[in-house]
Amino acid sequence: MLFNLNALITLELLLPITLTFVFIAIYALLGVYAERKIAAFIQDRVGPDEVGYKGTLQTFADILKLLQKEIIVPDSADKILFWLAPILIFASVFAGFAVLPFMHSEYYVNINLALLWVMTIVSIDVIGIIMAGWASNNKYSLYGSMRAVSQMIAYEIPLGFAILGVAVIYGTLNINQIITMQSIEGYTWGLWNTKNYGGFFLWSIFQHPHLLLIFLIFFTAGIAECNRAPFDIPEAESELIAGFHIEYSGFAFATIMLAEYANMLIISLLSVIMFFGGWNSPLPNLGNFFLYHWTNGGLFWSSFWLLTKSFLLIFIMMWIRWSWPRFRADQLLQFSWKVLLPASLTLVIFSVLWKLWLHP
Amino acid sequence: MNETILKFQDKVKPQFFPKHQQAIYKRLETKHSTVEIDDSDPLGTEMVLNIGPQHPATHGVLRVVTQLEGETIVKCVLDVGYLHRGIEKLAEYKTFQEFMPYTDRMDYLSPYSNNVALCLAVEKLVGIEVPERAQYIRTIACELARISAHNLWLGTMLMDAGAVSMFMYTFREREKIYDIFDKLAGVRFTVSHCRVGGIQFDMTDEVAKMISDFIDNFLKELDGWHKFIDRNPIWINRNLNVGHVSKEEAIALGFTGPNLRASGVPHDIRKAEPYLVYPAMDFSIPTRTEGDCLARYFVRIEEMEQSAKIIKQCLQKIPKGIIRADNAKQTYISKEEIYYSMEGLIHDFMMVDVGVMPPKGAEVYHAIEAPKGELGFYIYSDGTGTPWRLKIKSPSLSNLQVLEKMMEGSMVSDTVVLIGSIDPVMGEADK
Repeated sequence: MLFNLNALITLELLLPITLTFVFIAIYALLGVYAERKIAAFIQDRVGPDEVGYKGTLQTFADILKLLQKEIIVPDSADKILFWLAPILIFASVFAGFAVLPFMHSEYYVNINLALLWVMTIVSIDVIGIIMAGWASNNKYSLYGSMRAVSQMIAYEIPLGFAILGVAVIYGTLNINQIITMQSIEGYTWGLWNTKNYGGFFLWSIFQHPHLLLIFLIFFTAGIAECNRAPFDIPEAESELIAGFHIEYSGFAFATIMLAEYANMLIISLLSVIMFFGGWNSPLPNLGNFFLYHWTNGGLFWSSFWLLTKSFLLIFIMMWIRWSWPRFRADQLLQFSWKVLLPASLTLVIFSVLWKLWLHP
Repeated sequence: MNETILKFQDKVKPQFFPKHQQAIYKRLETKHSTVEIDDSDPLGTEMVLNIGPQHPATHGVLRVVTQLEGETIVKCVLDVGYLHRGIEKLAEYKTFQEFMPYTDRMDYLSPYSNNVALCLAVEKLVGIEVPERAQYIRTIACELARISAHNLWLGTMLMDAGAVSMFMYTFREREKIYDIFDKLAGVRFTVSHCRVGGIQFDMTDEVAKMISDFIDNFLKELDGWHKFIDRNPIWINRNLNVGHVSKEEAIALGFTGPNLRASGVPHDIRKAEPYLVYPAMDFSIPTRTEGDCLARYFVRIEEMEQSAKIIKQCLQKIPKGIIRADNAKQTYISKEEIYYSMEGLIHDFMMVDVGVMPPKGAEVYHAIEAPKGELGFYIYSDGTGTPWRLKIKSPSLSNLQVLEKMMEGSMVSDTVVLIGSIDPVMGEADK
């Protein structure tokens, strides 16, 4: 009996973890493919076209290639840290998914300090980046990780303040409550009472317009958090070649890339949850067309809207990456400390005043 | 062995060509001798970083040895010569025409300009009158080569700065220029279309149509690029006041071409010492006074517009006529004459065998405005078909002299825009 109970508990723990991992792996495969196709579209190319239908199996083939490649460990590398770094980078990002929903909370976790958990646990991956850069014993990777640290410190703070601004308005760090307050069922207060319409009228950026600015700060800092262009100075291809992961090959490299894509998903999921109504349908009720009620709730619609909105944000990240030049290291830090930080601080204070003024 | 070399040796452990490596590190150590490592760096925080020769931002095999303090470059030493092929020595064993394919491979982004530079020098040495039509075709091709070279510079500089898509846009336009060269010369890349005394093939109407179509389309593309880049705040921040070179420094250190004009010296050989049909053309010399990377960007991108303008005028004014000088002692004879006359066959044989023979002791220096700057050929003849000495003044090498000065005090991230804005081609700098 006891054995069976233990087995059951283990299964109950393992199953969601495995499912999440499989989901992230599939998402990363499709994400890399999408990024290639989007880049090709922006650059007037065809993109991957040979493997599978329209090149859909290209990333799968690449992963197979990376799997069978040798992971070359440099002679002078610190072996333990070198092996540990990609694991730590991925594990920290993966742990963030423990509290992030892909669907309605009826089918998922419900934790009170979810936003705080995501912020703290995902920040650990900078330690992995330092480890990777240091253990490789390569000057370029050392520079990459050095830049990564200064960038992370600079951008975590506006990121945290942006989350704080939302938390002040809704009075909670619980993801489910934040989303519920942006739906007809849980609507409590806002600038316009558009409860009967629902849809995007209840999004926090519509009900509390200054949150749009907070979203821009959050998204900017989030892109920096993912080390993606135009903030990709830790792995600046042209000057540091590949930055902190220059010495990684084979599956260790694939793991780091997987972590980057997972990080993008975290940032866009958080944006959707805090600013774009989470799993609620964006379609409003218009007269006799109850679009909101028809396309809301349930396993399918909740996960459909949540993921669709996230993927749209990921698309914008890719769009930005293939259009803009990279920041210079010092200008990047200046941008964070001199623009984003004061702006986010001001907006947090404004959020407090906003709540005192408007909330009954 | 010197003490300082030993100190550096345990830092960097040179393994290949140790003597050369030690000399480079010694130069880095003794350079300027304003900053001494022993006094300023008791904790050993300064780091020696090799950028290149295999590095994506160095546009080939340029090697920059830098001494860093954090993100700042304290000192830097350039090491050129990784692509040295001894072109000048090879020229002493070739006739002038045989040597031409080697010039294609110097500045391989604008082969036509190099061919023209060599031909003009030889023609000046021997005293050959080139038919006007050939001169017009050369001018058109030179300007096309300039557009092609500047396109590649624009793409790579923006790619180094992080905007990868621009690289593809410029390459799409370069591809069209390659197609034009394919139709004009029969070769896409290393054209070798010039001949001493003229050109190889005439330009057909089809090619003229292709060129005018390309120019019309290219001007539209250029407008789009202006909108895409000019007001991008990241791009401006990365280039504004970066790598500043004043007018005096630019002249003293030997800047040429667009780099010189970006520092406020309106010197362009097309205007200063006109050659080909440039005197008959109406065009201006884009000049900026700021002397930073942004100024160099603007000078080059405006130069492309002027090139397009010149090509348009050339296509309107181009006369009909022969394309090689009508003198079998000086230039290749036409194929018809070779096949149908005995004298023609003999002349052709002689041209291939010994080539054109300048008078004994004659010497000449002739420079043209290549895309990168002043490209000059100095030739000293001993009366045979091969030069006794041929010296090439390549613009990339003179431009690179300024890089050390620009790099010192700038950031590591700046190296890519600095190298990009100078636009060196190592095939030309190392010869």
